Amino acid sequence: MQQQTAYETPYLEAFDAFQGGHASGDPAFIQAHRREAIERFGAQGFPTARRGNEAWKYTDVGPLARIPFQLPDPSRGALVKQGQLKTASFGSGEWPKLVFVDGTYSEELSNLPRSRNGVTICNLAEAMTRRPEVVEQHLGRLASQEENGFTALNAAFVHDGAFVHVSKDYAAEHPVLIINLSSGKHPDSVSHPRALIVAEEGAGATVVEMHASLKGSRYFTNAVTEVVVTPGATVRHYRVQRQSPHAYHIATIKAEVGRDATFDSAAVDMGASLARNNLGVTMAGEEGHAALNGLYLVGDAQHVDNEVVIDHAAPNTSSRELYKGILDGKSRSVFHGSIIVRKDAQKVNASQADKNLLLSEQAEADTKPAFWIYADDVKCGHGAANGQLDENALFYLQARGIDRASARTMLVRAFAREIVQLIDLAPLRDYVDRQVIKVIPQLQSGAA
Amino acid sequence: MVLDSPVLEVRNLWASVGDAPILKGVNFRVMPGEVHAIMGPNGSGKSTLANVLAGHPLYQVTEGEVLFRGEDLLSMAPEDRARRGFFLSFQHPIEIAGVRLDQFMRASYNAVQKSRGQEELDALKFDRLVKSKSKLVELDPTLIRRSVNEGFSGGEKKRTEILQMSILEPTLAILDETDSGLDVDALRVVAEGINQLRTTDNAVVVITHYQRILEYIVPDVVNILSNGRFVKSGRRELAFEIEARGYDWLQETEDRVGVGP
Ligand SMILES: Nc1ncnc2c1ncn2[C@@H]1O[C@H](COP(=O)(O)OP(=O)(O)OP(=O)(O)O)[C@@H](O)[C@H]1O
Ligand SMILES: [Mg+2]
Repeated sequence: MQQQTAYETPYLEAFDAFQGGHASGDPAFIQAHRREAIERFGAQGFPTARRGNEAWKYTDVGPLARIPFQLPDPSRGALVKQGQLKTASFGSGEWPKLVFVDGTYSEELSNLPRSRNGVTICNLAEAMTRRPEVVEQHLGRLASQEENGFTALNAAFVHDGAFVHVSKDYAAEHPVLIINLSSGKHPDSVSHPRALIVAEEGAGATVVEMHASLKGSRYFTNAVTEVVVTPGATVRHYRVQRQSPHAYHIATIKAEVGRDATFDSAAVDMGASLARNNLGVTMAGEEGHAALNGLYLVGDAQHVDNEVVIDHAAPNTSSRELYKGILDGKSRSVFHGSIIVRKDAQKVNASQADKNLLLSEQAEADTKPAFWIYADDVKCGHGAANGQLDENALFYLQARGIDRASARTMLVRAFAREIVQLIDLAPLRDYVDRQVIKVIPQLQSGAA
Repeated sequence: MVLDSPVLEVRNLWASVGDAPILKGVNFRVMPGEVHAIMGPNGSGKSTLANVLAGHPLYQVTEGEVLFRGEDLLSMAPEDRARRGFFLSFQHPIEIAGVRLDQFMRASYNAVQKSRGQEELDALKFDRLVKSKSKLVELDPTLIRRSVNEGFSGGEKKRTEILQMSILEPTLAILDETDSGLDVDALRVVAEGINQLRTTDNAVVVITHYQRILEYIVPDVVNILSNGRFVKSGRRELAFEIEARGYDWLQETEDRVGVGP
């Protein structure tokens, strides 16, 4: 057991008040789950030690750990109006929407269609009573084996959250929006967003997880998402993180992909001073396929770290990873992609690439691929490239009357487009494209 | 007689890449309505001259001045040169992945229009403009939905350049080897397209190795650039002579030839 440092104390103290307070009515199995988790967190602590700790070698969570983030005071509930959701929302008003403000579920802001056959969309607290068997079977199953304290910390405070369940052979009619909004009314607060997405056999669902801020304040988001893609199912899971530039964002996404199942994911990170995504995907059944795409745009002193582990546990599975980064100012990115191919997982086809566009001399992008291949009949590909904007292309655009700043935006947008186009949801593609255009000049001024 | 002022006046222009001087005292004047041809051996500095005039950041001007419609061209950003009516059709148009040709052309057109206080066009209206102009150079209309020059054939790239020229209606167009890589029919089409854009107010400079394009776009003056400076100028017949005799005979006389306007 690791020695407990003072960094963890505020969270351990908050736990008793939470467990005995407004979360005390949750089912017994949840309470037990939380108790176990807080103990694990106490034992593991924050992964501040970096020496010999490969997974956190390039990302220093010390600054995060040193701030005693507090759960927001529920009596000072933030009033957020529907109109304020606009910047974090997109698509059709018909789409089911689960909205969380500072980690707390907001019924008024959410939009849940009347329960339809085969599809359950609600907040986790409600799911605990409506679909306890699903929650009990899956909650924490994929995200409990974590090596780091963040997942345990999230589990210790699991109460609200998003729940999407699609029964066998049903397809969710509309994409589901999960919006995690920070109001900025609780400085130095922490939230532990949680999402459980289960697609039963042959089911289909598209889920978009949004993390956004209304104000530029400092806070800590510690999110965990579990995605169960059972045999023959298809889940598209897209994340957009555009939190405040002072926010700390840690997200763990765990997916299990069954036989003949497809998991299509894209992660877009634009905000946060420190963002770390732990994406772990297990290819558990034959002929499963996963596409893991990522786009990050950072400037100033932002730090973004994508840790992607894909575990090919079954033969004849395939995965394709493409991450692209745009870095300005003194920003830093880490792409740490591991591909595991188990002993009997023959005929696996896995590719991985990370490409970065460095807009300033001080920006730095690190790509750390790792392969753990125990089968012999395997196709694995890896690519990495860091480059600058092409001066000749810039000049060409300028020579046709386009000013340099706009020319730059055009080229950066073009670089991002490869990822944007992989998003299989047109309104989200447009949204991300618009955000990219908006963010690029801000990156630039950040560099100046 | 009213004296027109030149569209372009280049005086003793020196330019280098790094430490290597490439242009070594270029003098050159283009009047409204004129067609100039520039010929010269490979590496003599023709594209460099064009690029320097367009404002390519790679080249440093070490001496001389350039007036474009009476204004100091060299102090302008490349986009301002374009907005004031300067256009260069590149010898090797660059491929830009991910930027759609129609979107780029509209941004270009609107930037130029805006700077002149003229109407900007929405996508629909611009499409219509492009369609009518595409006919001029017989460009496959589906090309404009693709990324700029990406995977275009040599001829398609050149037609695209001329399409842009026709959309921007420049006062001075420099066409750097627009004829290279075009088949006979394409050459005629492109040349006719260029001719249709000519007015008494604008001017065209054709950089070429072949007199054939000059059969269509008849030059008022043919200038020979050699080793970074103009060494001879003459009438259209000079182009025939070059094609028949090459450039070697010029080198000997280089020192004795009066250059410039
Ligand atoms: N970017 C550059 N870096 C280094 N040298 C250059 C560069 N651009 C031009 N040069 C050199 O300057 C000289 C003139 O080149 P330029 O392209 O202007 O010739 P040109 O007359 O257009 O030739 P061509 O008929 O082959 O097109 C050449 O020796 C060339 O190598
Ligand atoms: Mg040339």
